[in-house]
This record gives sequence, C-alpha cells and structure tokens, in this order.
Amino acid sequence: MSADAATSRAAAHPRGREARLLVFAVALTVGAGLLLGWSRQPGLSATALVTGVSLAAIALVAHLTVRTGAPHADPVLLPVAILLNGLGLVFVRRVDLATGSELAPNQTVWTAVSVGVLCAVLLFLRDVRSLGRYQYTFGFATIGLLLLPLVPGITAGIINGAQLWIDLFGMRFQPGEVAKITMMVFLAGYLERKRALLSVANQRIGPLLLPAARHLAPVLLATGMALVILAGLRDLGSALLFFGAFLAMLYVATGRLAYPALGAVTFAGGAYLAYQMFGHVRVRVAIWLDPWSRVTDEGYQLAQSLFALGTGGLTGTGLGFGRPQDVPFSATDAIFVVIGEELGLLGSSALLLLYLLVVVRGYKIALTARDEFSTLLATGLTTILALQTFVIIGGLTRLVPLTGITLPFVSYGGSSLLTNYLIVGLLLRISDDSRQAVLGRRRHHRGGT
Amino acid sequence: MSTRIGRLSGLMLLLFGALFVNLNLIALVQADDLATHPSNRRLIVREYQIERGPIIVDERAIARSIQTDGELRFLRTYPEGPLFAHLTGYYSIVLQRSGLEAALNEQLTGQPTEVVAQNLGELFGARGQPGNAVELTISQAGQEAARDALAGREGAVVALDPVTGAVLVSYANPTFDPNPLSSHSTAEISEAWDQLRDDDRQPLVDRAIRETYPPGSAFKIITAAVALESGLDPSSPFPDEAVYDVPQTTANIGNLPGSPCGRGGSISMQDAFRFSCNPVFARLGVELGDRALIEQAEAFGFNRPPPYELDVAVSRIPQELDPPATAQSAIGQRDVRATPMQMALVASAVANGGELLRPHVVARIRDPSGRQLSGPDSGRWTEGLLDGRAVSPRTAAQLQQMMVEAVERGTGGAAQIDGVRVGGKTGTAQRGATPDVWFVGFAEDRIAIAVVIPDAGEGATGGRAAGPVARQVLVALLGADA
Repeated sequence: MSADAATSRAAAHPRGREARLLVFAVALTVGAGLLLGWSRQPGLSATALVTGVSLAAIALVAHLTVRTGAPHADPVLLPVAILLNGLGLVFVRRVDLATGSELAPNQTVWTAVSVGVLCAVLLFLRDVRSLGRYQYTFGFATIGLLLLPLVPGITAGIINGAQLWIDLFGMRFQPGEVAKITMMVFLAGYLERKRALLSVANQRIGPLLLPAARHLAPVLLATGMALVILAGLRDLGSALLFFGAFLAMLYVATGRLAYPALGAVTFAGGAYLAYQMFGHVRVRVAIWLDPWSRVTDEGYQLAQSLFALGTGGLTGTGLGFGRPQDVPFSATDAIFVVIGEELGLLGSSALLLLYLLVVVRGYKIALTARDEFSTLLATGLTTILALQTFVIIGGLTRLVPLTGITLPFVSYGGSSLLTNYLIVGLLLRISDDSRQAVLGRRRHHRGGT
Repeated sequence: MSTRIGRLSGLMLLLFGALFVNLNLIALVQADDLATHPSNRRLIVREYQIERGPIIVDERAIARSIQTDGELRFLRTYPEGPLFAHLTGYYSIVLQRSGLEAALNEQLTGQPTEVVAQNLGELFGARGQPGNAVELTISQAGQEAARDALAGREGAVVALDPVTGAVLVSYANPTFDPNPLSSHSTAEISEAWDQLRDDDRQPLVDRAIRETYPPGSAFKIITAAVALESGLDPSSPFPDEAVYDVPQTTANIGNLPGSPCGRGGSISMQDAFRFSCNPVFARLGVELGDRALIEQAEAFGFNRPPPYELDVAVSRIPQELDPPATAQSAIGQRDVRATPMQMALVASAVANGGELLRPHVVARIRDPSGRQLSGPDSGRWTEGLLDGRAVSPRTAAQLQQMMVEAVERGTGGAAQIDGVRVGGKTGTAQRGATPDVWFVGFAEDRIAIAVVIPDAGEGATGGRAAGPVARQVLVALLGADA
C-alpha cells in the first residue's frame, strides 16, 4: 500500500484519530488531577477521578456529536480544546486548594454547558454561510451585547475596575466574550460583500491609497463604536483583540497593506489618546516599564507573575508545590503563571505549543474553506484566539503591558469557555463543509469515470 | 487570499516566537534574580520552613524559633524582649533581618538562604535540618545591670574583656521589643514598625555602636598617651593656669569653674589628668602637634571601621587640625566623635598593656548536634595597615596608674569598688543644651568599659552621672565572674 493511500485513508477517517487524541487528552487530565491530589495527601483523589469521569463523558458526547453532525471535521481541534480545558480544570482546582475558593466545580459545569453549545452548533447550524445573511443583525447584536452590562437591573456593577458582567438567573456572565464572535460574523459577511470595492483604492491620503470613504464607513463605524464602548467599559484587552482581528480580516479580504498601516497609525494615535485621557492606562504603562519600584502596590500583580515564573525555572516546583495564593487573579487572568511555576518552562512551552497547534489548524481551515465568507470567518476567529493568547501571556511575562483577559480554555470563567467552544464549533463546521465538498467532488469525479 | 492568510499566520508565529523567547529569558536567565527577589514571598516561606538556630547567652536562648501551625512553620521569639534587641536584631517577613539575625543569617539558617531549596526534592531534603546555634560572649548579668543602671535614661554601655576582646555588655537605651517585628502578622509588624519609626527617641538606633558622641575629657586618655609615648612622665610639670591662651584664636580654653586645677603655679600631668585639667591638656595637644594626636587616635582605632560582627560607626578625628582645633580636639571637643564601642576599645588597650584587639560578640557556633563549627574571631585589630598596638606596655602601665588615680582620688570617684583596682576617665562634653557625659575605664585586666549618657541634664558630669552606671555594671560583671 502506498504512503499516499495510507494518508488519504487517515484523512478519510479523521474521527478515529480524534477519538485516540481525546483519550490521550482525558488521560493526561486525570493523571495531572491525581498528581495534584497526591501532593496534598497520598492516595487517589476522589475529586480528580470525578472530574476525570465528567470530562471523559463530556468528551464522549462531543465526539459522538461531531461523528454525526460534522463527520469530516478537523480531528485535532476538539482534542486540543479538551486538553486545554482539562488542564484548566486541574489548575483551577489547584488555585482552590491554595486559596480555599470553590471554583473548580463551577468550571466543570460550565465545561458541560459550553460543550453542549458546541454540540448544538454542530447539530443545528448545517451551513455557516447562512450566518452571513444576517450580518447586520450580528453587527447590532455585537453593540447590544457590549452595552448589556450597562443596563440597570441585570448589571453586576463595576468589578476590578471594569463594568463587563451581568447577573442572569443567578449566573454571572460576560456578554462581551460572545460579542467577539458576533463581531467576526458581521465583519466576515460585510467584507465578503464589499471586498472587491474595498480592494480598489482610489483615494490618496498621504502615501496611502484608500478606497472611497463611504465604503469603509460602516466597518470603521462598527469597530470604532466597539472600541469606544470597550474603552468606556475599561476593558482594554478586549479592545485590543477587536482592533487586531479587524485589521487582520481587512488585510486578508482586500490584500491592501495600507489598511494595517493606517490601522497602526490609528492605533498609535488611539493609544496616545488613551494614555493622555485615562489614568489607569498611564499606570499600566508605568508598571510595564518598571514594575520593581511599585512592587507592593500597582506593580504587585506583574511582579508576582514574574516571581512565579522565575521560581518555576526550567522544570517547575512540581504540581501542587507552587504558591498560586501569592498571585492575584490566579484562577482567571494569571492562571498561565501558576502553570509556569509548577510545571516550569517545559510545561509552559508545551502549553504554548498547544495554542500554536490550534492557531495553525485554524488558519489551515481558513485556507481550505470552500467560500470566502467561511475563509474570512475562520481567519477572524483564529486571529481572535491567537491574539488573546498572545496578549495575556505577553502581559504576564512583561512583553506587552498587562491587560486583564482570560487565557482561552484554561482560565476560570464560563463566558470565556463558552465563547471559545463556540469558536471551535464554528471552525469544526467550516472544516467539515470544506472536506465534504472535496470528498463530494472526488466521489463525483470517480463516478464520472 | 491564501498568501495573505499565510502571511497573517506567519505574523502570529512571530508573536508566539516572541512569547517563547521571553519565557525562556524569564525562566532561565532571570530566574535566579526573580526567585531571590526580596519581595518574592516564596523565599520567606521556604526560609521559615527551616528551624533557625538559637542565639545563646549564658546557656539560655535569647532568640529561638518555635513551631507554629501556620504556613510559616517557625516563629522567631525573643524571650528577653528589649534587653538584647540591638544585638540580636529582628527577623521579620516584612522588614527582613537586622542585627546578628542579618549578620549571621547563613550560620543561623544552616545554609545560605539564597540557595535554599529551589524545588520539591531539595525542600524535603532541607526539612528537619535546623540551623546552627550561635553562642555569644555577652553576660546576662552585665547586660541587665546596664539596663538597670541607665534606668530608662538615654545612653549606652559597652564592656569588653581586655584580654580577648570579647564583648561582655552591649546595651543601649532606648531599645525596642523585637517580638512584634518578628511576628507572622503583617498588621502587627507594621503597627510596631510605624510606632518605632515615629518615636523621636529613635529606639531602633543602637547607641552602643551606631552613634558617635564628642568624647570630651575622656579623650585625654589619648592625649596623655601621646605625651607619654613622646617621652614625658606622669610627673612631668605643666603650668597650672586658669586659662590656656590658645594660639591663633581668642577662644581660649579654661576649666569649668574658671580657676586653676591645683594651687596654681605648676601641676604634674598625673594630677592634671586626675582633676581633668583642660588648660594643661589643650596645651599638651598644641605642643605635641596635630599629627601626633591624630596618629595616636588612629592607633587606638579612630577613622577605621572596627572589625566586628555588626556594623560599627567609624569614630572620627579630622585628618588635619590647626592649633585652635588641636587644642580643642586634645580635650575631646570640636569635631572629635567616638562610639561607646571605640572608647571601650581605648580602655581595653590601656588595661591589657597596649594591644588593640578585635571586638567580637560570637563565642562559638555549634551545629545542631553540638559540634563546634567555629570559635571567636579574636586577635589583634590589624585591618587598616596598623600593627594592632595602640601604645607601648610602658605607656599603658603609666596610663593605668593615672586612671586608677583618677578614680581613687579624682573625678572618677563614683566608680570605686572595694578591693578591685578600678581605673577610669570621665568626660563631660558640651554639645547640645546639656552635656554628653562619659565614663571610660577598666577593672583590673578583666573588664574594659565605656558608658555614655548623652544630653544628661543641667549640671551633669561624667563623674556624677556616668561613673555610677559604670560601677554598677562592673560590680555585676565581677560578681558574675567570681
């Protein structure tokens, strides 16, 4: 049998591969959970086993759904998501043990809910392109979702200096997370339709060639509004994500580097304005430049993050032997440094590689998508994931100023988890569509001979 | 669109590459600095896993670690509270360490803290291995006597063994309680710290070694040493004037009452010393010259940091003096400043026949099994390229005799002890509103002592205020010795 034939058979049976990877992901999670339990007291931890069984059940349901709903979808994305999610559960529990909080059970429930939503997407959204028809609805939904935390009655008020949460049915939710997806759907639909127009540049601004302002207006308006709202809500991390993903999609859609160039200029201007206007932005930048002179107050979080990573060194302190209690927001924004301390550079690098795998798979799906809307959507969603990972890890390691956003799949937080699984669901759907199209053509071709 | 997506993913790859490089820098290159940063609490938690060795005086622990149930396994306590506070210092999660807790940290921990367990295995390895015990040369009775004799007044007492250089007493008032500063409660620490910091009396300053005062007439020991070394005798005669007409200035030097010391006419150096005669010693200083005076003071240890387990402030005499300054320096005024430790070293050199010794407070260090790891850091003080000899044995013997005379029939009468050969020199230096007073002396060759009471009050003199303190401490030490 030729290697080519073997490859094509593996590609033809992606679900078997997915199943094996899922077993591996769940086993790794259970192993980590047991190790963590052992660090507290010798023996098998019941919590770790219960969590492991729950995750295995959740993974099984997801896998069976993919089998029926999207049989040709990418086989790597779901296992990597489950693995990241599983490690997240272990480390949220790790933080619970250190601080006495009770977050891990919640996060397990949210995992089930999020994977349920992923399954619903796969079962009920048979064609991604149908979303493109409602692009303006998604545009307005984005603004609505972003404004929701300001509505009296459901707002959860200002938490940690930002007003981003609502309380609904006893649950705390961050609608801005889901807005990332609605925003990408809107942009993908809009850019697909206008991309020819936008590609023709006939307006000259300095050295830049730009299309007529009226074609750009709705895009700039929507993004501008989102940015204003986010700056108003003081969620700088998300603002950065939106803006970065917007520029990336604009570039991919039009092929004109002038857009990112203009974006960079706008960004520089916006950053300067924000620096001048907002005290908290100035503080962030000052901390970034020199955390050590404010180690006990504003620079505390960044300093503690660096201490954790530095103490972890190459191999880490071992699971259960770090000090997450020293790091503020250790279960949410800063969970990466908890992992870095206990698993060391080796563990954090492995984590980084997992994200890289997701990103590479995402762009691959964008490349092979069968229509422009799907390509643009996949690009946008992948870019959001990549940028989010970069901004939070870069922030915690002092590569860029620290802004509080979650580490996808790993950080504690239901809205974030739900959004990330939604992204994976959409990417799976897109990859299934394209594979199906390829197979259909092949079958058609074979039938023709 | 494919190439553009390719470029975009290339950009993301670059960003992730930057993350990876940065992570490597932190976890490998900066790791040591981060892991040992003073604000990194991990270091403290790790350090507090170790049972720190005790600090021992007269076979009793004055600082010891007791086990707790908390995250910080051992709590440092000081059973005597303020009595030894300036010596032991504190051991604090917020303020770090001071005193011997800081100076002998590696010995007390049993290992340098900076390389304490970096990971799990080392942590388990390090557990249950307590630090070393540090035994001090301090006498509990002497230390208590110093506290009682000062009776709450600001001041300091330093007593040395003139034969070995061992520190027997090092006490300063006001002092502080190191226990709250060493607590595991940040709130308790900061409350105690704020109170100490805002206290105008500055209880955290160890006046025995960290503060300098004008020595006044106590400095005449050094001026007399210059004279004797130059060949003069205790019986050498000097004009007995009420006022010495200092060259190049109208600010002449007289005695406090404004009359001659004796009956006028002529007076021996010995009698001038006994009555603490300012005109005679001012004249001596000018006639012997500033160089000789400065060199003699430096031979006793001035202008050099003493070799000691704790940081001692440098006692000063200016490097160059014009005749008016020489005259005033010769009687311990103007810019001459000395720590009580330095004046005790002067007394010690006189008492032991002229040798300048290395003061030390650690008698020995033992590991947890009781094996002695090191002994005292004794010997002559030769740092600073001097030979550790302050004066010749002949000069030392003559100075001893002059100081004994001063106690038996002069200004130092308050320090007399029946049956013990006590010698000393008083000092009453004018600086602030009221004088800083001194007693610097010895009891045989067994104890050298320096007592200072700064700003001692209207009309106070070294003889009346500092002398009795010295006596009380000497009695306690001699009793403990016997």
